Order: sequence, then C-alpha cells, then structure tokens
Amino acid sequence: MKRLFLTACAFAALTAPASAETIAITGGKLIVGDGSDPVDGGIVVIRDGNIISAGSNIAIPAGATVIDAAGKWVTPGIFAGFSRLGLAEVDAVDGTNDKSGGRSGFSAGIDIAPAIDPFRTPIAVNRAAGVTRAVVAPEAGSNMFAGQGAIADLGNDGNAVTKARAFQFVEFGEEGAEKSGGSRSASHLTFRAMLREAQDYAAGRGTFDDLLLRAEDVKALLPVLRGETRLLVHVEAANDMLRIIELRRDFPELKLVFVGASEGWRVAGDIAAAGIPVIASALNDLPASFEQLAATQSNIGRMKNAGVKVAIGMIDDRDAHQLRYSAQYAGNLVSLSRVPRATGLSWNDAFAAITSVPADIMGVGERHGSLKAGRAADVVIWDGDPLELSSAAVSVYIDGILQPLDNRQARLRDRYRTPLEGVLPKAYEK
Amino acid sequence: MRVPGLCFAALALPMALMACANGGNEAPNSASSKASSKPAAKVVAPFASTYKAYPGAVTVIRGATIFDGEGGRIENGVVLLRDGKIAGVAGAITDIDVPADAITVDGAGMFVTPGIIDIHSHLGDYPTPSVAAHDDGNEATSPTTPEVWAEHSVWPQDPGFSRALANGGITSLQVLPGSANLMGGRSVTLKNVYSRTVQGMKFPGAPYGFKMACGENPKRVYGSKGRMPSTRMGNYAVNRQTWIKAQEYKKKRDSGKEFTRDIGMETLAGVLDGDILVHNHCYRADEMAQVLDMAKEFGYKVSTFHHAVESYKIADLLKANDVCSAVWADWWGFKMEAYDAIPENAALLNNAGACTVIHSDDENQIQRLNQEAAKAMADGRRMGMTITEEDAMRWLTINPAKAMGIDKMTGSLKVGKMADVVLWNGNPFSVYSRPAKVWIDGALLYDSADSARRPVSDFELGQPGSGDVK
Repeated sequence: MKRLFLTACAFAALTAPASAETIAITGGKLIVGDGSDPVDGGIVVIRDGNIISAGSNIAIPAGATVIDAAGKWVTPGIFAGFSRLGLAEVDAVDGTNDKSGGRSGFSAGIDIAPAIDPFRTPIAVNRAAGVTRAVVAPEAGSNMFAGQGAIADLGNDGNAVTKARAFQFVEFGEEGAEKSGGSRSASHLTFRAMLREAQDYAAGRGTFDDLLLRAEDVKALLPVLRGETRLLVHVEAANDMLRIIELRRDFPELKLVFVGASEGWRVAGDIAAAGIPVIASALNDLPASFEQLAATQSNIGRMKNAGVKVAIGMIDDRDAHQLRYSAQYAGNLVSLSRVPRATGLSWNDAFAAITSVPADIMGVGERHGSLKAGRAADVVIWDGDPLELSSAAVSVYIDGILQPLDNRQARLRDRYRTPLEGVLPKAYEK
Repeated sequence: MRVPGLCFAALALPMALMACANGGNEAPNSASSKASSKPAAKVVAPFASTYKAYPGAVTVIRGATIFDGEGGRIENGVVLLRDGKIAGVAGAITDIDVPADAITVDGAGMFVTPGIIDIHSHLGDYPTPSVAAHDDGNEATSPTTPEVWAEHSVWPQDPGFSRALANGGITSLQVLPGSANLMGGRSVTLKNVYSRTVQGMKFPGAPYGFKMACGENPKRVYGSKGRMPSTRMGNYAVNRQTWIKAQEYKKKRDSGKEFTRDIGMETLAGVLDGDILVHNHCYRADEMAQVLDMAKEFGYKVSTFHHAVESYKIADLLKANDVCSAVWADWWGFKMEAYDAIPENAALLNNAGACTVIHSDDENQIQRLNQEAAKAMADGRRMGMTITEEDAMRWLTINPAKAMGIDKMTGSLKVGKMADVVLWNGNPFSVYSRPAKVWIDGALLYDSADSARRPVSDFELGQPGSGDVK
C-alpha cells in the first residue's frame, strides 16, 4: 500500500490545478449526452472547470488552447448510475472494504462520504475507462436502511465527494425482508415505523424507540420524509414495486427512485404514472431469484417506451470495480434493436442512459451528465464509438482538469510486456 | 497436452467404452491393448451419454464472413451442414457440392463461427434461481473429494442454458465442481441442448475433466473449520499425500491382483493415466509454477489453469509446459489473489504463443464470451500487438476444445466435424452483434426470428415472462 500511495501522490503532483485556461476541443464527433444526435465537427469550450459552450457553429475564444479531436468522439464522461466505487480496494479483504457498517448498529445515519477514497485503485482504473462521476451507495447492514450515499467524481485529487448525503438507500424485496426479520410484511412495518418515529422526532414528540433506530438514524430520515433527499429503493419484483407505490400514499413527500427493477417492464405503466425514475440493471435476464422471474434485457427499453425515466446502474454487479462495463452494457441495449421481438434503446438514448439520465434522476443534471453550458467540464475524448468494445478513452477531463490515465494495472502490463527477467529481477523494472 | 483420441476413457477404464459406444458418435479407440493389460472391470459404463443429435436439414449458409475457429477467415464464404456434420467450407459456392434440396440461408453482412465453447461453467450445478437448495457445486466437507462427479449435481432445467445458447451462441460447455476443495471432483462436458436427463446432455466421447483448486478458497474453507489445510503450504501437503495414495492405488489396480474399488482413487488414477484432464483453478503465477512441479513429481499433466489472472507473468513457462490458461477479459480486485489481474492478460499470453482460452465462470458472462474476447483483443492491440479477429476467435473455439479433449469432434469449421455453428447478425467482436441462428450437430436449436426455436426450461414454463426474448 505504501507504494501505491506514493504513486498516487506522484500523479497528483503532476496535475495542474484548475486554471482559467480556456480549452476548445474541436473537430470530433460531439455527443452532448442528452439523447440528441451526434454533431460532426462539434466544438466544446471549457473554462474554469465548466463547459462554456458546446455544439456546432461555436466561436473559439481568442487565446484558447485548441485540442484537435478530428477522427475522435467527444462526450460527457460516464456517470455511473449506481456503484460502490471508492468503497473497496479488494472486496474480500475486510480492511479495505467499507461498503457496509452493519455491525455498528447504525443504519440510515451512516454517511458514506468519508469512506470514498480517491486513492483507491478502482478510481484510477475506471477513470482511465472514461467514467468521471458515480452514484456511490452503502450496503445495508443492521437493517433495511443502508444509509446516506454520495455523488463522487473520479478526479485525481484528494477529495472525491461531489455531493455528500445526496440520497438515502434502502433495501426492499428479498434483501429488505431478510434485513427486517424474514418477511416482506416485516420490512413494510419496519419502514413505516422508522419513518413515523422520524416524524414524531421532527414534531418534538421525540421519544424515539431506540430499539429500532438511534438519534443519528432518525435525523438522517428527516430530509427524506420532507422530500429534500432522494430515497433510492432497491426493488426487483413487480409486486414489490406496486406495493411501494401504494406505500407512498402514506408518505406523499418521498422522492423515490427505484434501483434494480428487473421486473419493471411488467408494471411500467404504474411506475410511469407514479413518476418514479429507475436506475435499472441493464442485462439481468435470468431468474437469479424468485423476485427476478421475468427479468429480460428488454426491460429498460420497455420501461422507457412506457414513459419511465430510466438510467443504467450496476447494483450488486461488480459495483466497486467494474463501472467501466457501463458503456458495454449500454451498447448491448443498442444491439437489442436488431433482435426480433426484443426492445432496446437507440444509440442516443443508450448513451444518455449512462450520462445525462442518471444525473437528472439524481437531481444533478444541471451540473453533470451532459456537455451543455454551465455543466462541470467532465469530458472524454475516445478513439472511436464509446459504446463499442474496441474503443478506449484517450483523454479524460474532470472539472476541466486533464486527468492522468495511468494506474496499477498499466504498470503491471508494462513490467510484464516480456515475461522473462533481464539483468535484474522484475522488481527493478519500474 | 495429450489429446487422447475421441474417447479418452477407453484408454484406461474399459467400463467407459460403453459410454462411447452409447454416445451416438464414433469413438475411435486406439489403445485397446493398454486397456486389456489391466484387470477387466465388471461394471458397465455408469451414467453414459444418451445424447442424440436432433434432426437437421441440409443447410447452406452463403455470403457470410467465416471465422473457422482455427485462425482462418473467409470473406463472402459458404458453409454446408449435412447429416449433422460440417460438409463443406469454401470461398465460393462452386467449390462445394451443394445438394439441390439444401436450405439456403442468406448470410450477407453476417458472420459464421464455430459454436462457442465455455470451458468453465457452473450452469446446472449452481443453477438459477440461486437459492440455497440449488447450491450443488461444492462438496465442502473434505478438502479432497475426487469421488464426486459434477454431473450428479447438474440440474438440466437450469434456465441459464437457454440464455447461453440464444445470447452467447454456446454449443458446448464444461461444468465443473466449485473451488472449495483442493480436489473438487470430476467435471462433465455437455452439449448445450436441453434434455430431461443429464445423460441426455452429455457430450458423447468427451473426456472427463478433474477440478483442482489452488490458493485462497481451500485454505479458507477448511482453515475456518479448524482443519488442514489452513495455509498454502497445507494445500500442497494435502495434495501430495493424496497423489501418493493415488499412485499406490494405480499400482494395485495395474498389478492384476484383486483390489477394492475406490471411486475417488479411480478418478485420480485416471488422471495419472492421462485420460482425465486436470483443470486447475489457480490465480497466482507463483502458485501455477508450484503446481507444475507437483504435476511433474507425480507424473500427471495439467490441461488448463482456470482463472489464471497472473498467467501473463509466466507466459513463457506456460508455453514451455504446453498448458492452457482460461481467463476472464478483465475481472479483478474481488479477492486478494485477483489483485494483479490486468486486461492485457489474454493478449500477452497469446503473444507469447501460450494457449489462451476465454472462460466465464458466470451465468451472465457466458452470454457474452464473444464480447469478452473482443475486449481482450482490443487491449492487446492498444499495447501494440497484432491480433487478428480470426486469431482471437480461437480463444472461444478450438483452444477450449483442445483443452477439453474434444477438438477432433468440434471447435472449428472443418469438414467432418460436428455441425456446431453460430450465424451472427454482425461481427461477433462488436457489441452490436447477437446470434441470429445456432445449430448443434446440424439441428437448428435457436433462431432469433422464430420463437418456436427458443427453448424454455421447465422452471420458466408458465412463469411471468415465459418464452420472452430474454
């Protein structure tokens, strides 16, 4: 770990701080990320870490540093719709795994922000693959409420947190039932009871039941109750989604987002009518559990066609390490448009599902997820179609700062380009 | 690696001759003299394959780009399927004698490959739904269980078989025991064709494999139970003691005298005979090197290291020992022994001339092995290697077939081989491509345009989404 730390520091020292330099990226195929058509030869102008303008017929400001992206694709960075990025270096090594704080006894009060470590390898590896922002959620521990998640950036600096306490995360369905004592009825009761206690606390009737939750947990639920903080709900089964839609009648202020939603297509009309956006798993197509019997890769396309706002997320799917799969998953949804009877996404919609749509769903679409004036300048230049397997990110900007793309994997690759040892052992090749 | 003809078992286990004879495919046996030097076994072949190819029409696929699975590529080519076999592969229709009644499939703009082979699957022994009642992959009660056979755990109604077929073009797969044990038991090679019985899926004439595991899993599982092994050195000690017993058993068996059968020892003796192929779960380079020495000590051969995320560090050693590496494109970081995995692993192996196989170990990625190969190829190209698509296709076809001992029967589009064929609706190295049709032994078992050619397992029948495109 010492070596890793030093390496990370070396990168940081090489990184220019945010400056007033104006950058114009020109000549590439510009993808705004909002579902609109690509703009050939589009221009993106960046200053002070922000997008100043993007599109065709953009004037290049005098004195701007011009980056020629001819033959390349220029897009917003990938916004990972659901992850545990930065929470684990090695999943199975407990000391490096901060996903769950279950044994603490805390639940809703857990704030994941201080555990997001920008120096962890997965940040650097996924940054090199064009992922620039991520929704980072805790895992549920002591009860169905996992705690408060954050929006993070993957920049090479000491602070990954874009927005702390951006949402509360709760498990329903089979996992929620298990965390609540073994049944869905118990999880519904737990959910209601905890929110009622928070209401009582807010109303000054403050004798909360410390068997259920502690003061810090109650406090964290107050902005959820008021609809100020989103409540991300992991739910897979059609029936569970319908029951949660009903449950909201008693808590009308809740700002719900469904996560996972493998059977969402079966109740897509209800989800759309309820105005609940979804961060869905793109390629679940197996009955991995009885709550996913109707899983199909056409789920996202069907929900979208029914009017649901739907993004791609990767809950419980290598979600601390492989957010770089987001583009591959989006590409797979495009491939469905050529499979008879399947429902996929257009290329434009698929790319939006990993950029602007998750940002919009998380309430940060005015600042992230697209190349529009006023957004943070998270820009990636690719050597080809970013959804295609053969393509790679060649330049990554986060908040307007050009990022190093080196990482531990690249160093290992270079060391073993030829496996034979030379005049000294491999340990001397650095 | 020794490629023991079509019916490995005939070489050492006379009882297994029945398996071959019953299997529906020819099973040349060139070693009957060796077999007869051993005591005649009185048992008939247990659990013999009853697989029979389904009927298939004479079919000619025209106009597609062909990857033959052995490194060949033909633009605008022709493939003829007849009597369940590849009957012709050529660049022009005039080069093949096509029967007048052949069904013609227009492959313009499409690609033809051999059926994709997954050398590492737990479909059937860890089926979906992934409920506790289905945890049949690890007999985690003893660090060595050579006596168990994966096929006795396989549930032939696993919905995963249908997804692997329709989305992944998988036509053959090896189902292995898990990695909790140093010696996990026998694997089974299946045709990806639903059957009421496991025997009805067994690949006729395929050798058995034997699952072994290095590293973290065995020492964790048994160390946590307060028993040996609890360390890597314990892993090797238990293995070596067991191989000594196997050598003694083999000696007794070969002596011509009476001996008491032991089904675990039969499997280990089969490995020592060279008839059962060792598939060794092993992540770290240093551990693979230790295993190679252990294999030399006891006179057996490792066919393939699985999950070999550090193979790139010893590609030269693996090539020299003629051992395959079955790898993911880019899995990493989920456990300590996977920490040094890099996406260029497969490309570096390939570049060194070592046998490279892309595997899944996963019910989802088995549906996208072509995409995993595409990523691995792209990562290699980015570091300056020349890797052609037709070369990378070998990672999914002839290489796993060789490593599983079925390459004389399938794994490439060569005349006389099983007509295990995928027609892709675009380049299989593109994320935008999917199988359009899949033939197994010449039978059209998946057709994206015909919902009648999409299998639905018993488990899914009548459930929500039954028969959906998935």
